[in-house]
Amino acid sequence: MARIELHDITHSYLRRPKKESDYALKGIDDTWEDGGAYALLGPSGCGKTTLLNIISGLLKPTSGRILYDGKDVSVLTPEKRNIAQVFQFPVLYDTMTVFGNLAFPLQNRGVSNDDIRRRVHEVAEILDLTGVINKRAAGLTADLKQKVSLGRGLVRADVAAILFDEPLTVIDPHLKWHLRRKLKEIHEQLKITLIYVTHDQIEALTFADQVAIMVEGEIVQIGTPQDLFENPAHTFVGYFIGSPGMNFLECTLEGDTARVDGAVIPLDEATAALGRETKGRLEIGIRPMYLDVRSDPGEAGVEVTVQMIEDQGSYRIVTLMLGGHILRAKVPEGKPVSEGTAWVHFPKQWIRLFADGRVVT
Amino acid sequence: MDKWQDNKAWFLVLPVFVIVAFSALIPLMTVVNYSVQDIFGPGEAVFVGTEWFKEMLANKRLHDALLRQFLFSGLVLLIEIPLGILIALAMPKKGWGVSTSLVILALPLLIPWNVIGTIWIIFTRPDIGLFGVGINSLHLLEVPFDHTATPLYAWITVMLMEVWHWTPLVALLAYAGLRAIPEAYYQAARIDGASPWATFWYIQLPKMRGVLTIAVLLRWMDSFLIYAEPFVLTGGGPGNSTTFLSIYLVKIALLQFDLGPGAAFSLIYFLIVLLFSFIFYQVLQRVGKGEKG
Amino acid sequence: MSLSLEAVTKRVGREIHLDNINLEFETGSRNVLLGHTLAGKTSLLRMMAGLDRPTSGKILVNGDDVTGIKVRRRNIAMVYQQFVNYPSLTVYDNIASPLRLSGENRKEIDRRVRETAAMLHLDPLLDRLPAELSGGQQQRTAIARALAKKSDLLLLDEPLVNLDFKLREELRVELQEIFTQRKAVVVYTTTEPAEALMLGGNIVIIDKGRVLQTGSTEDVYRNPATRRVADIFSDPPMNYLNGTVSEGVARLGSGITIPLKEHLKSLPAGEYIFGVRSHHLFLSRTSEDDALIDATVALSEINGSETFIHADYDSSRLVIQASGIHPFRIGAPITIHVNPCSFFVYDESGALVASPDHCAFEGGPL
Repeated sequence: MARIELHDITHSYLRRPKKESDYALKGIDDTWEDGGAYALLGPSGCGKTTLLNIISGLLKPTSGRILYDGKDVSVLTPEKRNIAQVFQFPVLYDTMTVFGNLAFPLQNRGVSNDDIRRRVHEVAEILDLTGVINKRAAGLTADLKQKVSLGRGLVRADVAAILFDEPLTVIDPHLKWHLRRKLKEIHEQLKITLIYVTHDQIEALTFADQVAIMVEGEIVQIGTPQDLFENPAHTFVGYFIGSPGMNFLECTLEGDTARVDGAVIPLDEATAALGRETKGRLEIGIRPMYLDVRSDPGEAGVEVTVQMIEDQGSYRIVTLMLGGHILRAKVPEGKPVSEGTAWVHFPKQWIRLFADGRVVT
Repeated sequence: MDKWQDNKAWFLVLPVFVIVAFSALIPLMTVVNYSVQDIFGPGEAVFVGTEWFKEMLANKRLHDALLRQFLFSGLVLLIEIPLGILIALAMPKKGWGVSTSLVILALPLLIPWNVIGTIWIIFTRPDIGLFGVGINSLHLLEVPFDHTATPLYAWITVMLMEVWHWTPLVALLAYAGLRAIPEAYYQAARIDGASPWATFWYIQLPKMRGVLTIAVLLRWMDSFLIYAEPFVLTGGGPGNSTTFLSIYLVKIALLQFDLGPGAAFSLIYFLIVLLFSFIFYQVLQRVGKGEKG
Repeated sequence: MSLSLEAVTKRVGREIHLDNINLEFETGSRNVLLGHTLAGKTSLLRMMAGLDRPTSGKILVNGDDVTGIKVRRRNIAMVYQQFVNYPSLTVYDNIASPLRLSGENRKEIDRRVRETAAMLHLDPLLDRLPAELSGGQQQRTAIARALAKKSDLLLLDEPLVNLDFKLREELRVELQEIFTQRKAVVVYTTTEPAEALMLGGNIVIIDKGRVLQTGSTEDVYRNPATRRVADIFSDPPMNYLNGTVSEGVARLGSGITIPLKEHLKSLPAGEYIFGVRSHHLFLSRTSEDDALIDATVALSEINGSETFIHADYDSSRLVIQASGIHPFRIGAPITIHVNPCSFFVYDESGALVASPDHCAFEGGPL
């Protein structure tokens, strides 16, 4: 088990990178604590798999250093770093049984047969693989195969970290949550450092204690799922987390209020004060679930036009036009909304202010 | 409504049926017909039942040719398959080396078989051939190298021709199989601390099973039917040492014009090839049972 | 046009892929085929397209039997799960290809390609090749190709399933707008209840090659006729508690008593199964009559804006859908609140006995 430090990692797939856009990773600097469950979440092409391969040692960074428990491992191979990895598609030794697969990493490291047998049975027990332990690995279903892949990492008692590269891609939807639960249990039980790469927010947010949001080769925020949802540090995080994403409205500040196309939206004093000191393009952001859509103006209601109402069963997503801006609101089942004019309230405590994409704090 | 359309595809396949009928089925039936008759001349044939089959199965020279054939094809597989895999493993995986090595490898496959025979005859001639003269000038051999005089040397020469000619095919197939293995398997093996040998044995070999099955079947059938190389080199000699099945068959059927026994021989030959191909296929399938490619 | 399927059955070997399907679709209608993976949705779509021939039964277009007529002869557009485009053609030529095949004139082709491309926000990409596009753009191109052709029948087989989460969200909205403008029979397959609800229109619930229920999407969602339909049309699946009705109350699970009000009022005494959707389970009080369920957290799943708390109660598993993101520790005790007026009631055979009267129901904690 290990604490992993990344010092100013950059990577380019070109031999002589010149421009910033030649880099797949643009300066990653972070420390990941021993025993934590981390996720790297971002859209395809954001560099998350590149970063994972650099952590595992399958790829050498163009510049920067990686430390495991304070020891520089930047030039070490994956087997020397003592990590394990679960890939997108199950990677098994087809001609071996489940037992053979689980025993393989130990055999290669010269562990005694008795220890191998004991360890393999322990891990098979944890992963509910005892029933298939003598079956040929190639004949298993995809979810069992992924468990075996994971098991090959778990059998090594000294494994520094287990890395996952979108491991649930090929799993049937209704089995996914079962595996997610298993992973979480294993983490609680064994406290191994786990790093999980995915573009799927459900997987990242469910699995990890700390989620790093990546976009265009940079980590824009690391935080707990709740933090990412309630306090996004960057407009991309606001957009990417949540469905639909956060609403953003370009605004100017006047006293303690934000002006959006003539509409007046009150802010809390502290936020407004911070905003007045900040330069750059200002936007307010608010989550669709916090917008309160009403059929009367009330106090400080902003007039909007209801354009579309989409029923999703448990709630409706209402598309609102505020001047030239589109707002999406989540309205619970049973609360009346109709097309035409409505008034929307922006609760002060859920309004976030962004300058040039970064949150104002 | 025009429901006939669905059947149009049959018209497209029809030419193939006609060609197969003329090129395979009709000749085959002719052979079957000949194999049960004694033919004296046009219109003069007597039905003899299984007479020719009995005769051929009891023929000592056929037994010898068959044994020779098994030994030869067995050696071909034992040499070409491992050698082909080795070459494939040694080939570069990216860069300019890939296309260069592919072209070099494919060269023997592009040369017509009679030219190959001629090349090797000249190459191995003890008087002027580079190989023949070269090996004799070393004075290592008790009997000087001459494939027209010593059966063993004739064998070695035929084997060399065959291996030189066809190992590239096995190598190309194996190379294609290797390239199809996803990178993740190699990464997993590195992470699991697998040695190069273990990586070969547990990943590369099982993943090549499909293409190797094809390679084994192709080389088996093809080498079992070998004709051109020994025919060009020594015509089956010296003595009968390189008289493989097809050479003997041609001797009976064309040179002696024994059509009946020749036809019976052909059918036996055909069944042997078919039977062994089937056995190889089954065995190779069984080896990786439970695996889905 | 109208499309109808009469007693369509498809057998492959011994397996029955489709079992006696009878359906009818009208022009301008939006139809969703909802079912789990391998339920037979794709088989049915292929049958409608004429890509497969039923083992028995008939497919009628405007009353004419078209069973076994080749796809090319029918005016059909289809979008697949995989992004199927011509790799050597630009986006423009990809979209134009079906129009060229049907021999439209140059000007008309150009107009239609540009119109469709604009609708799917592909206008800046018309000169690119498919390999230079992202997955979402490739699927947009495939959809545009299907839409450019003015087909009578537009079939979409889980078109969004292979896309990233965010793209799916965006395309879903776009598609919905496009479908409302089409004069065609639109048939759309999906495994996701939320997608079905967003598309609205009519729904066909398919399970193991059989049609379980048909009707307006909204109506089927509010009144799933059997437990199986309720499971397929709820994500997460419906939660169930066994219950007994006697002496004017219902007793659920072990020791939960609820009064018989509103839609439960006329329930005769007997054994029932009470079903409730995840978003009607709450972690705080919703009404005077709330049933309280003490359970233990098994896992909390977070989808970005909601938390799904899987909880164990009395050897059954309940899933609570909570708005926003909340951390829960595995093994933590929780109290679940259910308003009795949100219960579906099924008899022991799994048939619907009563469904909540939603006009009277205001969801959400007080």
